[in-house]
Amino acid sequence: MRSVRALAAVVLYLAAFNPAFAAEKQGGILRMYHRDSPGSASIHEEATYSVNIPFMPVFNNLVMYKQDVAQNSLDSIVPDLAESWAWSGDNKTLSFKLRQGVKWHDGKPFTSADVKCTFDMLMGKSTQKFRKNPRKSWYDQVNDVSTNGDFEVAFNLKRPQPALLALLASGYTPIYPCHVSPADMRTHPIGTGPFKFVEFKANESIKLTRNPDYWKKGLPHLDGIEFTIIPNRSTAILAFVAGKFDMTFPTEVSIPLLKDVKTQAPNAVCVVEPINVSTNIIVNSSSPPFDNLDIRRALALALDRKAFISILFEGQADIGGTMLPAPAGLWAMPKEMLETIPGYGPDVKANREEARKLMQKAGFGPDKHLQVKVSTRNIAVYRDPAVILIDQLKDIYIDGELDVVETANWFPKIARKDYALGLNLTGNAVDDPDQSFYENYSCHSERNYTNYCNPAIEKLFDQQSQETDVAKRKKLVWDIDKQLQEDVARPIIFHGRQGSCWQPYVKGVTIMVNSSYNGYRYEDVWLDK
Amino acid sequence: MRANGSSQLFAYLVRRLTLMLVTLFGISVIIFVLLRIVPGNIVDILFDAAGYVDPADKANLTRELGLDQPIVVQYLHWIGGLLHGDLGYSFVSEKPALDEILPRIPITARLAGLAIMFSASIGIPLGVISAVNQGSRLDYVLRVVSLSGLSLPSFWLGLLILMASVSLFGSMPIFNPNPKTWTEAFAIYCVPAMAVGFRSAALTMRITRSSMLEVLRQDYIRTARAKGASRASVNFHHALKNAILPVITVIGIEAAFLIGGLIVTETVFNIPGVARFLVEALRWRDYPIVQNLVMLIALVVVTANFIVDMLYAVLDPRIRYTD
Repeated sequence: MRSVRALAAVVLYLAAFNPAFAAEKQGGILRMYHRDSPGSASIHEEATYSVNIPFMPVFNNLVMYKQDVAQNSLDSIVPDLAESWAWSGDNKTLSFKLRQGVKWHDGKPFTSADVKCTFDMLMGKSTQKFRKNPRKSWYDQVNDVSTNGDFEVAFNLKRPQPALLALLASGYTPIYPCHVSPADMRTHPIGTGPFKFVEFKANESIKLTRNPDYWKKGLPHLDGIEFTIIPNRSTAILAFVAGKFDMTFPTEVSIPLLKDVKTQAPNAVCVVEPINVSTNIIVNSSSPPFDNLDIRRALALALDRKAFISILFEGQADIGGTMLPAPAGLWAMPKEMLETIPGYGPDVKANREEARKLMQKAGFGPDKHLQVKVSTRNIAVYRDPAVILIDQLKDIYIDGELDVVETANWFPKIARKDYALGLNLTGNAVDDPDQSFYENYSCHSERNYTNYCNPAIEKLFDQQSQETDVAKRKKLVWDIDKQLQEDVARPIIFHGRQGSCWQPYVKGVTIMVNSSYNGYRYEDVWLDK
Repeated sequence: MRANGSSQLFAYLVRRLTLMLVTLFGISVIIFVLLRIVPGNIVDILFDAAGYVDPADKANLTRELGLDQPIVVQYLHWIGGLLHGDLGYSFVSEKPALDEILPRIPITARLAGLAIMFSASIGIPLGVISAVNQGSRLDYVLRVVSLSGLSLPSFWLGLLILMASVSLFGSMPIFNPNPKTWTEAFAIYCVPAMAVGFRSAALTMRITRSSMLEVLRQDYIRTARAKGASRASVNFHHALKNAILPVITVIGIEAAFLIGGLIVTETVFNIPGVARFLVEALRWRDYPIVQNLVMLIALVVVTANFIVDMLYAVLDPRIRYTD
């Protein structure tokens, strides 16, 4: 009896004083600033989390990453509009049983036809077309999507692809309504999600309001979410410090700025997490001088990655290959393996000595430097590492000249192969090799900017993609990643980390550690005030 | 004689209005051609956000936006629409350009009006005070203030004001479309207006001072003083009235150039006005928005110049509008 009383006392104490035990409060508007004015409100047509963050709360997926688990993995995938899923015995059919009684925000019922419509459009099989379809390649292995009645759908695959479920759980994969055109979805999105779209005033604000008929009873906790668009970072941070906003734009506070925030708003809750965005070098290997593998290898050997991280992130970033480094990343090769790749060893002096020998072999030296333009976008996160890169290249007889390219001209320029060296950032929406390898290194991918094409590696891509044994797949992925770095396909400099802050009364926020695209449903967020 | 004067004024008005139309036509051609000459277009930028450029999708979008047509046809289509009050659709938001531009005009107009008022109400009196106290300590102080006004970039001044507001009051005057109190309304409009108007005020003050110094040395001022006119009457009635013409000219020019300062101020104070919108539209190469906004600004500038010219005659009866 005494122990029962003691237990009751502990529970009461925890309920009273431990925030984790406190009941979620209903109501209130979450005020957040937005870093820029998104091009449209259609998640499927954009490739930036400037769109995911404000519009993911409007939608549901078939499945999604559990929103309070920071690391996305196959184990953290939970049902959303699908009640359950199952793989066929040959792993070539993924079927879903859909939730019944779900309504779109305009009152129409959600059925399997909406799921089919969405994926037919994504695969380019529909009469209705997206203006842009940046993730069409995600569904290359899907033959078709079939329905069985109103509440069952099946994805019929050309070959097994266990990663498909991971792609379907991404914030980039919401289900769209059949009865709303892509043009309307760009300006006035209709979803089934916890928040309804109210308005999107370009360069001004985005407003969402609570969906009172949300199929998850009792959710969301908030009455609405308001995003004020403030492109000027200093103004935005000052406004957060002054209490005008409950939360900063997620993963948008740089490490130096984070120090300012913590000084001026000591009560703010701030976290720094990996964002699964790599800063890398794109090398035009189709024309001189970088068609010479020795010069490309010298380039890779010249990199002092720790110096980049120390200058730009005060030490808070990670060194890795294509896949996001551990512990946040699921697929990164072990450190011992990474250090065997040329340029990743800890002795920078020795690496550069080797690089100089390679340069001399290619005909360059102290008296004959290689003159090269280092192209990059006119955005600070691109420009700053490009300047450090130019400085480091001096050590191996390469004189780099910064070629700053306006955003409007960046992709046309690299598509024309009108560059020698470029500094680029690559974001991965899903921490899965299928997304990263096929998108960035596959021979026919639109986003394979360097046109790196290695048929042997391509076969390995398919092999790992079909492997259902996670341990075996991991081993394959490590070998591929190592080979990509050794081929200097797109030398990875570092994987950045960014900060997010919120006021202490904002509860239920989880910043995901291996993707900055999937954690913005906001149905569990509440305000303790 | 009076009829002759009226007809001369009418002829002058017709001439000026014709000149205004020719200027606007010239600007419309220049902005239209320039926008299409600068590297990068809306289609590339829309694809930039998607991270790739697909030639087939790009061709479709180019056709959808009417950018595959010859430039002359595009121009005539735009001008034809403009003359009928149809400004077209924003390429980015896909909303009517008029709906995007109209709500922003009052915000910027309010800000610009307040900035000009601030500039005139501070610059002219201080310029007069500085001139009549030439060589005094007060004159030196005011000249230093005016010099600093000309030297401080408005974005820097704006940020400084925001930082000071946060550290002193724990709040900041960031734009809110529905201010709850008059103090909030004051803060969200007047503080940015002061930030942007400070430079104009400094310039107005310097022009007023130098113009006043010139007038104060005139014989008729000495005569007025000799006749026993009060100091205030001499300074403001006799001197300022004659010194004001160059000041009006400068204020008119400054009003035209204010848009440049407003771009920065609207960005720093996050005010959703026309100036910031123009920059964003330019970044996106949102042709319908940029073209129509530039035309609107051009119209404001030529009208301001016209009004200034008309004001000359009101302020100085010696000026006559003849050939």
